[in-house]
Amino acid sequence: MANERHTLTALVDNEAGVLARVVGLFSGRGYNIESLTVGEVDPAEGTSRITVVTSGPPAVIEQIEAQLKRLVPVHAVTNWTFATDGVEREMALVKVAGADRAQAKAMAAKLGARVLDDRGQATVFELTDAPTNIGSFIEAMRPLGLCDVSRTGVAAISRDPG
Amino acid sequence: MSESGTLAAKAKQDTVSLTGAEIVVRALKDQGVTHIFGYPGGAVLPIYDALFADNGITHVLVRHEQGATHAAEGYARSTGKPGVVLVTSGPGATNAVTGLTDALMDSIPLVVLTGQVATHLIGTDAFQEADTVGITRACTKHNWLVKDVNELSRTLHEAFQIATGGRPGPVVIDIPKDVQFKTGEYLTPDQIRHRSYKPKTEPEAASVQRAVEMMAAAKRPIFYTGGGLINSGPQASAALRELAALTGFPVTSTLMGLGAFPASSPQWLGMLGMHGTYEANHAMHDCDLMICLGARFDDRVTGRIDKFSPGSKKIHLDIDASQINKVVRVDLGIVADAGKTIAEMVQLWKAKDKKADAAALKDWWAQIDRWRAKRSLAYEASDALIKPQYAIDRLYALTRGRDVYITTEVGQHQMWAAQRFKFEEPNRWMTSGGLGTMGYGLPAAVGVQMAHRDALVIDIAGEASVQMTMQEMSTAVQYNLPIKIFILNNEYMGMVRQWQQLLHGGRYSHSYSEALPDFVKMAEAFGCLGLRASKPSELDAKIMEMIDSPKPVLFDCRVDATENCYPMIPSGAAHNEMILSKLSDASVSDEGKMLV
Repeated sequence: MANERHTLTALVDNEAGVLARVVGLFSGRGYNIESLTVGEVDPAEGTSRITVVTSGPPAVIEQIEAQLKRLVPVHAVTNWTFATDGVEREMALVKVAGADRAQAKAMAAKLGARVLDDRGQATVFELTDAPTNIGSFIEAMRPLGLCDVSRTGVAAISRDPG
Repeated sequence: MSESGTLAAKAKQDTVSLTGAEIVVRALKDQGVTHIFGYPGGAVLPIYDALFADNGITHVLVRHEQGATHAAEGYARSTGKPGVVLVTSGPGATNAVTGLTDALMDSIPLVVLTGQVATHLIGTDAFQEADTVGITRACTKHNWLVKDVNELSRTLHEAFQIATGGRPGPVVIDIPKDVQFKTGEYLTPDQIRHRSYKPKTEPEAASVQRAVEMMAAAKRPIFYTGGGLINSGPQASAALRELAALTGFPVTSTLMGLGAFPASSPQWLGMLGMHGTYEANHAMHDCDLMICLGARFDDRVTGRIDKFSPGSKKIHLDIDASQINKVVRVDLGIVADAGKTIAEMVQLWKAKDKKADAAALKDWWAQIDRWRAKRSLAYEASDALIKPQYAIDRLYALTRGRDVYITTEVGQHQMWAAQRFKFEEPNRWMTSGGLGTMGYGLPAAVGVQMAHRDALVIDIAGEASVQMTMQEMSTAVQYNLPIKIFILNNEYMGMVRQWQQLLHGGRYSHSYSEALPDFVKMAEAFGCLGLRASKPSELDAKIMEMIDSPKPVLFDCRVDATENCYPMIPSGAAHNEMILSKLSDASVSDEGKMLV
């Protein structure tokens, strides 16, 4: 069966070791992690959201969801890839130091990135977009003096008010 | 919010202040704990002080922390209550890891308390410091490091809920020594509800109805039952018996499920899987409806997965949603408690006045009888040597009419016991199924006997396995536990030798023990009775001497050293590709040999 790429989010209790449990589940059972993002979502309730981008055959993705739900501090797991009401974004910081930084800036402006820092020998661009668009932006910068990239991984959320 | 607000208000009203160590003992008592298995050390001394001051709990001093965990498993499996373990930090905790993993694989509820170095020393490589929650994360259902004494009682009560709720399993609570000394508030169990852990136990009515419809339409059905029925409680076994009686369907079981259905029933096919009966495995292969109740399609059960029961519709009942479709895709998955669900199936079958397809079932049973006629458990008798199968048969026959609990180690003796010792009730059979832990049976017998002081508790053992946890004989002596260690001594790691013979060209690489202790003298050194039998003619009298002894007994039963355990599905083969012994049907035997 062909691999599929899925974005899974888990709402978890923000307690010590919860990230290690999720990561240990993936490494222990041989699942892939393409990116992983964690952040507190409700300090009063003490909950965090972990967003994992993974890939595998449909049966494996189904197992990953089920195994995540088994973890005691996990409240809920959502598979956004099949949901029509979810949105996802990723942020990247992209550093360019080439002969033609002006050309890089023009291209960046066209692709929706903004200049975050331009004070030194390099320019740092910031882009928040769908992960594939971030990939395209990095490729566009490559011939224009790309020297470093830092990506946050994906954050995902539903459009639904509930 | 309002519910938790009320709970908090009630909590404030009802709290008392205790030291962390006192909180531990109080929480255990409030949870109904009467026995704990443990071993003291520096980082748990305050808890041992609190136990010293309180005689409400019986502490069983083991000789090694692995022994404590297996004893607690045996206690849990034979009583249906969680097993409780208390060990120190560092090596105390790491020695418990094998038992934790064993309990995780076999879904045994354990609450394991580990001491930890004081909070200000954590992370400094202090004496007897280990990252216990890190090490045990992968071998527990859940674990905690409690750094705040005011969180201790909540954590302890949650630990019992999680260990026993849903699919049971082991949990670890790591308690730094300073937390044991500090004073904090104690909350009683009724004040605690875990915020996210709420296992689903009720089946959907539509799923039960669909299952009953599928059963009524089946022509070649089989119940494939497992350890989930034991964990669900005696009502699950009772419901299974009623459902089997109503439908007339054949029943097989995994290693872990033995006893849920009575072996004396004509509907019993025996155990299935790698060393299961010919009839059970062929019925699984040829069935048109498989009703899996509390089992998990383990590789030792399914054999080759792409040839597993190719023509059947499958129903899978499991309390753990992740088991559905994990290994085998099923047509109907039901996530719920086994006892409740089977009882609802019974009710619905009766209410709708369902009838099984009698004509089809008659043909199906005729086919099963033809498989039974292969006599797949037959073995070649001997007057000169004790055949291990004969030893189990005699042990079974001579223990009838007694209150018997059986534990085992892991290997050939375990499979012979599973094949030949007939269980009529649940909770009578304690064995390491998932992890296959050599050394499980002796300490497990200690735990079983602790819970059932007047019962006849027998560890059916091998001479290799039993040496792994032999030291617990000393525990048995200290607590006057008259466990019987019945060693089928073939001087080999028998299952390893069998695989080397059948699958590795007879290269017996390091599977023979060239030096073995004199088990009779060793028994005497421990303060036990030592017995030995070498000839079939002396076996019965020696077994009776073992049974009648008020002491723990080590029985060195010298058996045929090269006997193999049959029938067998070689790894990578399907259910209908079994190897049979020489005494079984020859044509199938040849076909089987071709596969090896």
